[in-house]
Amino acid sequence: MQVPAQFEYERATSVAHAVELLTRYGPDSRLVAGGHSLIPMMKLRIAEPETLIDINDVAELTGIRLDGTELVLGAMARHADLLASPLAVEHFPILVDAERVIADPVVRNRGTVGGSLCQADPSEDLSAAFAAVHAVAVIEGADGRRQVPVREFHVGPYQTVVGDAEILVEIRVPVRPGGGSAYEKVERRVGDWSVAAAGAALWLDPTGVVTDAGIGLTAVGAAQFAAARAEEFLRGVPGSDDAFTEAGRIAAEDCRPVADQRGPVDYKRHLAGELTTRALRRAAARARGQEA
Amino acid sequence: MEITVTVNGTGYTRDVEPRLLLVHFLRDTLGLTGTHWGCDTSNCGVCVAWLDETPVKTCTVLAVMADGHRVRTVEDLATGDTLDPVQQGFSDRHGLQCGFCTPGMLMTARRLLDDDPDPSEATIREAISGQICRCTGYENIVRSVRAAAEIERTADQEARA
Repeated sequence: MQVPAQFEYERATSVAHAVELLTRYGPDSRLVAGGHSLIPMMKLRIAEPETLIDINDVAELTGIRLDGTELVLGAMARHADLLASPLAVEHFPILVDAERVIADPVVRNRGTVGGSLCQADPSEDLSAAFAAVHAVAVIEGADGRRQVPVREFHVGPYQTVVGDAEILVEIRVPVRPGGGSAYEKVERRVGDWSVAAAGAALWLDPTGVVTDAGIGLTAVGAAQFAAARAEEFLRGVPGSDDAFTEAGRIAAEDCRPVADQRGPVDYKRHLAGELTTRALRRAAARARGQEA
Repeated sequence: MEITVTVNGTGYTRDVEPRLLLVHFLRDTLGLTGTHWGCDTSNCGVCVAWLDETPVKTCTVLAVMADGHRVRTVEDLATGDTLDPVQQGFSDRHGLQCGFCTPGMLMTARRLLDDDPDPSEATIREAISGQICRCTGYENIVRSVRAAAEIERTADQEARA
């Protein structure tokens, strides 16, 4: 029987209350959202917080909405909420593609978007998806709110810029016209972590030239989950199959996968390239309105 | 700490350690052993019960997180001697052999049919994809859920006639 070490339990009723509790209990306290990463880690005693602060009842952290020209996802939006969100389908199908292959439906009922991002697992899918669409994380502490681009959010594996007495409150994604996006993942079996995955967001002008591109990579050691040089290559060129193949080649060249039980380095590098190309193709088809 | 959880319509107030998992609260504290305990890693899905209206893996939820909330377990499905249509479907179509995964499968199936009275085979397979059965090869589980959907539709039509 796997049982966590002993801890104190507090339940936050608002964001301000959560920050107050984090301040009171100090660096050995942790927020728990869906708990589907943290509780397993606590069972294995990899994580041993002295105080657990439950934010499941904080209503202001829920919901997915459009705010002007930004899609706003509350940190406590469940994976199931994002998967079922008509706004996500309309504006960022990449997020829906990614959600469809995260864990399984019952886990998605409980796990949260913000929890996944804060867990900062290198194999976690949403970090790359949010990197591709240039999302911004909104973090609140005692001194108010600050905004951090998702590409500056991760400090390293399992580490983020969120401070000891801070909380991720929402993720904001700028909506721009002419865009399409997609996420492609290879997993050993349904619901598993990625062997490798790639997300792409493309913006095309009416003649089909790429005006902007975002490429996110999962589980292959890409800096900030992104493929910056491949994105740079695409800006200003026609969105053709040849261009997407070349972008995939660059992305594969720049990533730094490590060998593990999911596969050797050359296989993961191959996947990074091929999945980048496929994600770009689907993103372009969606930008042109040729695919849902 | 003291928590109050409404399980199958009855409020239970108990003093528990914060580290107690919901599955053990149901089985050991309340004696409701219908919810099974399997892999302990949120992979197998035998521990699925509803937290409020949503199926969750109760091995990965703390009992204290359910304080003030409602839980629904397999014990709540039948009414007296009358089986819930999902139970009847599993019985009619041999949806189980050893029965270990069945409580979780039933609770997921109940939610699915509440949301979608006529699910396709693909929808059923997706809904139970986080739950493992080592007896049936899933084929009979899918048939059982389809059968349950038909039982409910027939009952609906009769009620309207």
